[in-house]
Amino acid sequence: MKFTALLTSAAMALGLASGAMAEDKTKVGFVYVGPVGDGGWTYEHDKGRQAVEKEFGDKVETVFVESVPEGPDAERVMTQMALEGADLIFTTSFGYMDPTINVAKKFPNVKFEHATGYKTADNVSVYSARFYEGRAVQGHIAGKMTKSNIIGYIGSYPIPEVIRGINSAYIHAKKVNPDVEFKIVWAYTWFDPAKEADAATVLIEQGADVILQHTDSTAPQAAAQEAGNVITFGQASDMSEYAPLPRVSSIIDNWAPYYIARTKAVMDGTWTSSNTWDGIGAGMVEIGEISDAVPADVKEEALALKAALADGSYHAFTGPLKKQDGSDWLAEGETADDGTLAGMNFYVEGLEGEIPQ
Amino acid sequence: MDLGQINPVLLVASLMVAATPLLLAAIGELVVEKSGVLNLGVEGMMIVGAISGFAISVETGSPWLGFVAAAIGGAVLSLLFVLLTQFALANQVASGLALTLFGLGFSALIGQSYVGIKPPSMGDIHIPLISDIPVVGPILFQHDPILYLGIAITAAVWAVLKYTRVGLILRAVGENHDAAHALGYKVIKIRILAIMFGGACAGLGGAYISLIRVPQWTEGMTAGVGWIALALVVFASWKPWRVLLGAYLFGGITVLQLNLQAAGVAIPVEYLAMSPYIITILVLVILSADKSSAPASLGRIFHASH
Repeated sequence: MKFTALLTSAAMALGLASGAMAEDKTKVGFVYVGPVGDGGWTYEHDKGRQAVEKEFGDKVETVFVESVPEGPDAERVMTQMALEGADLIFTTSFGYMDPTINVAKKFPNVKFEHATGYKTADNVSVYSARFYEGRAVQGHIAGKMTKSNIIGYIGSYPIPEVIRGINSAYIHAKKVNPDVEFKIVWAYTWFDPAKEADAATVLIEQGADVILQHTDSTAPQAAAQEAGNVITFGQASDMSEYAPLPRVSSIIDNWAPYYIARTKAVMDGTWTSSNTWDGIGAGMVEIGEISDAVPADVKEEALALKAALADGSYHAFTGPLKKQDGSDWLAEGETADDGTLAGMNFYVEGLEGEIPQ
Repeated sequence: MDLGQINPVLLVASLMVAATPLLLAAIGELVVEKSGVLNLGVEGMMIVGAISGFAISVETGSPWLGFVAAAIGGAVLSLLFVLLTQFALANQVASGLALTLFGLGFSALIGQSYVGIKPPSMGDIHIPLISDIPVVGPILFQHDPILYLGIAITAAVWAVLKYTRVGLILRAVGENHDAAHALGYKVIKIRILAIMFGGACAGLGGAYISLIRVPQWTEGMTAGVGWIALALVVFASWKPWRVLLGAYLFGGITVLQLNLQAAGVAIPVEYLAMSPYIITILVLVILSADKSSAPASLGRIFHASH
């Protein structure tokens, strides 16, 4: 079983090296930052790749290279893919931004798609997901479920993406539970199970009975399970092996529809450079099944919130909202614009502590 | 900020858990270096210990067997280092680095089917009566057995090195392998045993992370503990109790800084994040002012013909 998997990847690597086998196929390349078995970020991107294969069958050929460091290696891998005849290349980590732009200049006929970046070109699109919409649903459940009124949050790096998530979760927790308090710990890593477990344990020891995480491993879930009476949410992936408790729901990245649509656009010749930022409505962000550990009425409210976010009748950042320092941000009924969200570098009113600079 | 939220009893208890993998790996490396061998492959042996311990305890359902397997796994991997440095007489630094790279890749390979699985729990020992003493009980008497084993190994290494003939021979080999050889001691044999002991300890340390501290398997989960262990041995001037102190200091400040963050202390997070490294190094540098130096033959290749 393991060896078949190995042989498959070896065969794929060989396929990549020995050139395109069938010229009429559309060739789609994927560059991954982690191993496809990480259970989180890269795992979900690879599921998207498999969906593309399933959708188009013989008409496409996909190749991927995993665990590509964000640096000169990335450029080398992308160049190799382009030279081997890839028509479309997805580069799936923020740190691939400049390499993608560089390689795209050299191959004007190859289309590139960079995840979570902001630099585009005629043959480079960017795409990301509105994870903060999922955080709103989690925040709602967290606010309703906490008994100690202390919610722990494990942050990775203080970048807008993570700060948006903290703000969104806090706003919606506060809305249903005015006494709620957030404790935020910065781990300075995307992935270090021992450190994530320690961070979760510390938060639990200081009274948190809900743990939210913006790091990629399931270590906080394991720590919460050990402690008992603590609930958690899956991040990037469903993490359903910890359901129904401590994991009561999750945010799942679903890249499959986007990957299929973009591959189809290349096939049809309709591909143009674009900037995509989709959320629950477009299905790019999914809410993992809310387990029975959540009371039925809370589950219903959470699903209603999810539906409102999906059909656009409600925006996760709707005024009145103030910034942490008390200055006005959004007036009553006003919603945040994407520019502010994309560069978010402040906490909303009520959150304690400072954002590391 | 509210420091009252930090429970000192829980803090001390969890610092001991955070420190144990580091302690186990470092005390093993101390013995290796005392015998005059520099093995930079600690990280590789730890991660192999982490996966072999995890795999065996999942397959058998027994965490105890897991730890035994982890020790064996680490020791077996160290045999590769033995082969390279003691028989092929390869450069120790290069061989150690190769061992780490090999261990990281090999563990990822065999670990593929163990991602997302929960290992059986070892549980804590609650020693009757004394574990119920307030403050002291939870700190000292309510841990998992491997944590006590780490302390016991440290004490044993200290006693053996200081008081026994075996320890004397080991130190002699490390200080001057030619003299030891002239006296009739089997330098290579003694070094092989020391390297295997180091491998077994590193394996236990790795398994502590994958079976108790986290507990789960993910690629590269030792995340640099092996390298810290190597530095710790040097800063502790090759003294077992200082290794223990250094490990607890490092583990303690790691946990403390997370606690301070959660309590909202107004120190910039970046300083807190680097504090474990700085404070551990500072304290050990001050302690090492007594001019204890490295074993004289450390890193030198021995061949009987020289």
